[in-house]
Amino acid sequence: MTKKTTNDPNSHATNRPPELSDSDLLKMYYQMILSRRLSERWIMLNRQGKSAIGIASEGHEAAGLGAAWAMNPEKDFFFFYYRDLAGQVALGVTAEEALRGFLAKTGPFSGGRQFPFHGAYPEYRIYNTSNVVGANMTHAVGAALSAKIRNEDSVVICSFGDGGTSQGEWHESLNFAGVHRLPVIFLCENNKFAISVPQKHQMAIASVATRAEGYGFPGVSIDGSDVIEVYQTIQEAHKRARNGEGPTLVEARVERLKPHTTDDDDRRYRTPAEMEEALKKDPLPLFRDKLISWDILTEETDANYREKAQQEVNDATDAGEAAPYPDPSTLLDHLYAPVKES
Amino acid sequence: MAEKVLIQAIREAMLEEMHRDPSVFLMGEDVAARGGVFLATEGFLDEFGEQRVIDTPLAEASIVGVAVGAALNGMRPIAEIQFSDFIWPVVNQLTGEAARIRYGTNGTVGCPLVVRAPYGGGVRGGLYHSQSPEGFFFHTPGLKVLCPATPYDAKGLLKAAIRDDDPCLFLEHKRTYRQARGDVPDEDYTIPIGVADIKRAGNMITVVSYGLMMHYSLQAAEILQQEGISVEVVDLRSVKPIDRDTVVSSVTKTGKVLIVHEDNLTGGVGSEVAAIIAEDAFTELDAPIKRLCGPDVPAMGFAPTLEDAFMPNPEKIAASLRELAAY
Repeated sequence: MTKKTTNDPNSHATNRPPELSDSDLLKMYYQMILSRRLSERWIMLNRQGKSAIGIASEGHEAAGLGAAWAMNPEKDFFFFYYRDLAGQVALGVTAEEALRGFLAKTGPFSGGRQFPFHGAYPEYRIYNTSNVVGANMTHAVGAALSAKIRNEDSVVICSFGDGGTSQGEWHESLNFAGVHRLPVIFLCENNKFAISVPQKHQMAIASVATRAEGYGFPGVSIDGSDVIEVYQTIQEAHKRARNGEGPTLVEARVERLKPHTTDDDDRRYRTPAEMEEALKKDPLPLFRDKLISWDILTEETDANYREKAQQEVNDATDAGEAAPYPDPSTLLDHLYAPVKES
Repeated sequence: MAEKVLIQAIREAMLEEMHRDPSVFLMGEDVAARGGVFLATEGFLDEFGEQRVIDTPLAEASIVGVAVGAALNGMRPIAEIQFSDFIWPVVNQLTGEAARIRYGTNGTVGCPLVVRAPYGGGVRGGLYHSQSPEGFFFHTPGLKVLCPATPYDAKGLLKAAIRDDDPCLFLEHKRTYRQARGDVPDEDYTIPIGVADIKRAGNMITVVSYGLMMHYSLQAAEILQQEGISVEVVDLRSVKPIDRDTVVSSVTKTGKVLIVHEDNLTGGVGSEVAAIIAEDAFTELDAPIKRLCGPDVPAMGFAPTLEDAFMPNPEKIAASLRELAAY
């Protein structure tokens, strides 16, 4: 891995990746706006009593989005963190599918059986998100192991928060992947809080990335609010994985711009000054400014995109509200596979 | 057809399934070079190579968690937990994850996984090498829990479990490994999961049991036969799903029932069997339902005196049967 391990908060990828066209970059930007609008709508639906819980992804968008763009959606596997709405959107999950999830309606992932984006969407190669934080990391490693056994050219990405790194299975996963040099990328979206518990009570180290050394593979710490930096870092990790060089641990430093969920009140443990500071790392204006500085985005296009995304979310809300809840008669369905004729 | 011991049947089932289906692979502690601590996988490394016979780090949760992930990608892992006493770190992976994947994805994704675990006492194993964990997993919708007693059943059920599209916990009683003998056909066969087997027909008392205790129940039935008491022995084989029909029809025939297992009494498989009988065969009963189970203590003693006091045995079973007969 040529990228240096850095904790420099000012490290920014300023170079435009040559393989991304203007339209690619604009598409990424639109996806980021759309994911922001979806997150806002989710919280609003909660406040309206229509969604039992809202989990804001604001501040995390660059991490999931940049990562998804660096992966191969045809072959790779995605085990997402619950704050990776932007990554889901980047892979093709539609606004209506997201809204159906928010409203616990029928639809992909779980058909209203789980929180939004939990379950699986095999068409997009998105698999299990667990709320027993860390529990799905072993699954990601298992998917990587199966790819290796079958000589499949697949890479697995698994994302999680800083709290997740305390779990025993987090360590077991990194160890297993290191021993077998598996094609897996561990992406820590470190927002410095596990609900209210700050990083200093979570770990005695400054950077999660340093833990990689203990498992025999590289770790890097990057600015996770910079979508291009995330993209390029995951791209390198992806290359390593495909070359048989094994796992990479990437710590993407992000800010959580909202409370943990709609059931949390972060004023109990974060100061207004701290929140003010966090807004400087909002990935959306940072990406916008970058695209404007690269002469790819204009103010006019930006305004159009915002309007379009809002409309898309409004339409999706209507569709989501009109969609049916799962029929109670399906309660006992899918406990086991249908009986096979042998 | 040849007579084999149970561990041979287990080994053959895995060997044949790995030859039959390239998606089947093994992982666990000491399963490769050592061939497993009970030698269930002896020679497998040479036969199938290190890609399919994987010695894992000593970390049970990830043995099963990694297997779950491989299963999500269409593999059929057999994960070995060296002793069922070490299965507790795996509880979340089995009950919280594997068992819920199909349901939690609304039927989109399955988890074809077998977790093998040697279990049970009578081997002077003390607290950490004698436990019977089935009661905990028996409670979990989405799992299948199998406890075969004979070599024939072990082979057929293990093959069925490997071919099954859902997670199966396959419990092998350690004391049956080399003591349970029986004929095992050379040709391929499976035994349906969830179907009990009447191992001995009788008409005065039903014993419902599984695993090592099924063998002890047969011995007790033999003793009682000499005393003129005819005992039917129902071997559950699968404790989850449980074969209600066979239990109910046997109790309907005999009118009396003794439930025998080595796992702790309270909340064990026997509690459910008793509930099934109370629900579906209440009016057929000629005596209260009786249970002979491991006592509600947290550990089987390492000291022989304590272990013997814990374990049901043919004599204790025979004594319980006599009480029932006299009722």
